Amino acid sequence: MNHQPLVSEHDEPQLSYGKYVGGFLASVTLTLCAYWLATHGSSGSYILTGVLAGLAIIQFGVQMVFFLHIGEERGPRWRLAMACFMLGVVLILVFGSLWIMNNLNYRMTPLQINQYMQSQDNL
Amino acid sequence: MSKTDAAAVIELRREHEATEKTFLGFWVYLMTDCVLFASLFAVYAVIHHNTFGGPSGYDIFRLPYVLIETFVLLTSSFTCGMAMLASQRRAKNVVLFWLGVTFLLGLTFLVMELHEFRDLVLQGDSWRRSGFLSSYFTLVGTHGLHITCGLIWMAIMGIYVWKRGLTDTVRKRLTMLSLFWHFLDVIWIFIFTIVYLYGRLNI
Repeated sequence: MNHQPLVSEHDEPQLSYGKYVGGFLASVTLTLCAYWLATHGSSGSYILTGVLAGLAIIQFGVQMVFFLHIGEERGPRWRLAMACFMLGVVLILVFGSLWIMNNLNYRMTPLQINQYMQSQDNL
Repeated sequence: MSKTDAAAVIELRREHEATEKTFLGFWVYLMTDCVLFASLFAVYAVIHHNTFGGPSGYDIFRLPYVLIETFVLLTSSFTCGMAMLASQRRAKNVVLFWLGVTFLLGLTFLVMELHEFRDLVLQGDSWRRSGFLSSYFTLVGTHGLHITCGLIWMAIMGIYVWKRGLTDTVRKRLTMLSLFWHFLDVIWIFIFTIVYLYGRLNI
């Protein structure tokens, strides 16, 4: 096997030390920020909920790019396409479930809720 | 270029394409695993208020402990990347060293998580207590199960690297292991935020 350098070296994506260090430091910073906000913020704040979700999404992006090397592939970007599709499925699954279940609660009248609770007590 | 050289290049191209297909297949598995975690997250989001008179997340989560867990896992993800860099340079002993560090950090994370579970069960807050605790144990436990599988895989890969050296097959498998390990860290970002930090905020 003396023909090793003909192709394989050029076709492999080049990993770099700097990307891993950068991704690691960014993740540590984002985690610490989120932790500090959560421990010092007032409970039940909706703004804080949004900020924490934003920090998590940024860290998700950082790790996808720096650790999982998404978007570095050449040619047809199948991995990126699949990741986008997965993101769509995940969002529909999570927010769809929340929407439907909250809507069901909302549509129960007080009478229905009382009847339901009495039927549970009788069990 | 002679005829045999051309044939060799074609053969290499074919091998390269086969490797790409394997990676793509593994990526498909990771994406479907995301759907599994998404359903567990959806369940948790829907029923985490149903505490049935038991404790809520605010009462039972110890955030400093969880922060240390998070850093242990994050560092193990980083050292796994260091192992991949060494694998690219074909430095066998360096790969073994970083794989060992990653394994120990992963094991520390798993032990810390099991310790947390044990404390909860001993104080009477097991998965049988309420809907909230059932979904909590299912979500975090599934992640822990993946970590366990990853650790077993990593131990086997360590033996492979040690016995066979960094052959093309071994390096291909190492790449997939690193994808899996980084993926588990990505899932943990959301467990940390949605379960623990939101639990602290009582949302």
